[in-house]
Amino acid sequence: MTDVIIVGAGTAGLTAAIYARRAGRSVLLFEASAYGGQIINTPDIENYPGMAHVSGFDFATALYQQAMDLGAELRYERVLSVKNLPDRKAVHTTEGDYEAKAVILATGAKNRPLGLDREEAMVGRGVSYCATCDGMFFRGKDVVVAGGGNTALEDAAFLANYCSRVYLVHRRDEFRGAKETADKLAAMENVEFVLNSRVTKILGDEKVEGVEVTDKNTGAVRTIPAAALFVAIGQMPDNGAFSGLVELSEGGYIEAGEDCHTKTAGIYTAGDCRTKTVRQLTTAAADGAVAALAASQEM
Amino acid sequence: MAAIKITKDNFEQEVLKSEVPVLIDFWAAWCGPCRMLSPTVEEIANETDAFKVGKVNVDEEDELAAKFGISSIPTLLVFKNGAEAGRSVGVIRKDQILNLVGA
Repeated sequence: MTDVIIVGAGTAGLTAAIYARRAGRSVLLFEASAYGGQIINTPDIENYPGMAHVSGFDFATALYQQAMDLGAELRYERVLSVKNLPDRKAVHTTEGDYEAKAVILATGAKNRPLGLDREEAMVGRGVSYCATCDGMFFRGKDVVVAGGGNTALEDAAFLANYCSRVYLVHRRDEFRGAKETADKLAAMENVEFVLNSRVTKILGDEKVEGVEVTDKNTGAVRTIPAAALFVAIGQMPDNGAFSGLVELSEGGYIEAGEDCHTKTAGIYTAGDCRTKTVRQLTTAAADGAVAALAASQEM
Repeated sequence: MAAIKITKDNFEQEVLKSEVPVLIDFWAAWCGPCRMLSPTVEEIANETDAFKVGKVNVDEEDELAAKFGISSIPTLLVFKNGAEAGRSVGVIRKDQILNLVGA
């Protein structure tokens, strides 16, 4: 039986692995896609203490290497369920069954889709959740950004440098994101705000050719020809598999405080997947340390 | 067999006229997820002779990227008998890549 099984090899999970190994515990990490989590999409991290600049890839790879060098094991398997048995935790994955004394849920968060018909099928065909990753493919084209927070505003500003026209579609009449960025966008000639509106349809078969936008006040439907739809409406957790094991908030986050304990003894949670107000690299790393030390001491 | 660098000049010979299926990784140096996927693609290339593995740098080969409607990277394309036979966007696991190639 493994001492600590960690679900998710992002910043929180890998940090937990480092702390648990240094506390002398055996560690098995499960990851459904690639280690590193969301940060691998970030070209330049500028707010991690002690590192003025580091790419998300370099950060994630260094973190991964550190955990592996300390003797943690990583398996690329999706965890389907965790059962709390009297003397152990039973972890069921796509590949098999495992046992642990403690489990740390560090499942992270993923980009929230708009929930439109064919949205998923059009990813890589014009629908994107990462403007800095995919923006260059739409140089000189018209694009749509959906959202009203900081990410949406920054995406629109970034895309305005490459694209001929950027439509920023937001469901309210004012933005949640920084006023400074919104003002900057308002002054740009190739940026158009489409407020009080939602994207209601993706147009085009093989690739995105435009979107249909509905004004929520008048119900008027407008077609915007565009080569891409960038969705920037925040993140969402992926904890459905653990709804019977831990308490989930209305938004699906695992209920836990700063001590990273869930309602179930021996089950801990760390990083973006838990209820918290600040979701940053530093807080994910902090959670990883707190959860791993608690798990190591309490078993 | 190591992965081959695919350009617009060797595309026809290496990909369209290939006797075996070809897996192509569209990538760029500035793309973090591409760098995550790259070692897996290299590993597969070194392990198999049943199909060919190629890499297209989208910064250098924008014509190829545009021709195949690449709008997000990493994108993996599979070619069989000169035609696209599979496509996947984003970082995926080794078993998922092998499944895409159908090998």
